[in-house]
Amino acid sequence: MAERPEDLNLPNAVITRIIKEALPDGVNISKEARSAISRAASVFVLYATSCANNFAMKGKRKTLNAGDVLSAMEEMEFQRFVAPLKESLEVYRREQKGKKEARKDKDKKADSEEQDKSREEDNDDDDERMEEEEPNDEEEVDN
Amino acid sequence: MATARLSGTENRLVSLPLSRIRVIMKSSPEVSSINQDALFLTAKATELFVQYLATYSYKHGRGKEKNALTYTDLSHTAEECETFQFLADILPKKILASKYLKMLEKEKRDGEVREDDDEGEEEEDEDEAVGDSVGS
Repeated sequence: MAERPEDLNLPNAVITRIIKEALPDGVNISKEARSAISRAASVFVLYATSCANNFAMKGKRKTLNAGDVLSAMEEMEFQRFVAPLKESLEVYRREQKGKKEARKDKDKKADSEEQDKSREEDNDDDDERMEEEEPNDEEEVDN
Repeated sequence: MATARLSGTENRLVSLPLSRIRVIMKSSPEVSSINQDALFLTAKATELFVQYLATYSYKHGRGKEKNALTYTDLSHTAEECETFQFLADILPKKILASKYLKMLEKEKRDGEVREDDDEGEEEEDEDEAVGDSVGS
């Protein structure tokens, strides 16, 4: 097969955990099944992104937003995801807001230069922050 | 369901790493930028998808008879359930190697019959015939 960058795969351990928590206790999951689900998940992301992007383009926007993703879910016949996603989004937004405010307080004491620097800095920083689930405010995460 | 797993996924809002999800999303050429909320939602949706695919396949598959989730359960889902049909290409049904080889052979024969209109030199029969006539 042609070269497949590993970056397009999702971490096996996390995928396995999600599967195990969804299925009844004690059910065995073959290695093949696990790997297949992982691949399916990657394909899902691509499909969802493409779909969401269509909505963004329809709205003449270059940035994918939450609404686009939700519309994509409906389009892909995963309406069942919409309600739980909206709920999670609210929690996420509150979390981010809380973190942002906590950071603001912290920054007030620290150098103000640092704050400006982190805004202008390139997106390598953004990636790192995302992994730690730190807020990116409402900023567009573009590359 | 009864067992409380201290894996941590139940407590976290999302377990799939956003950075990795972002890499996959960005591999799409048409995509320019992704808002943070959209990134989060995609990650969360993917988790829901994994759960759904696993439980659906388990429920409707035959692996259940052995208390397992097998590849066949998954490819069956991709083929039978419309919602999961976009996965049909990456979750093909498995066939026996012998069957596959036969299919290849048949395709090859069909190809030769179409291409070799005039020439017959490569056919086995001809060779044998030549061999016989030389012998006698």
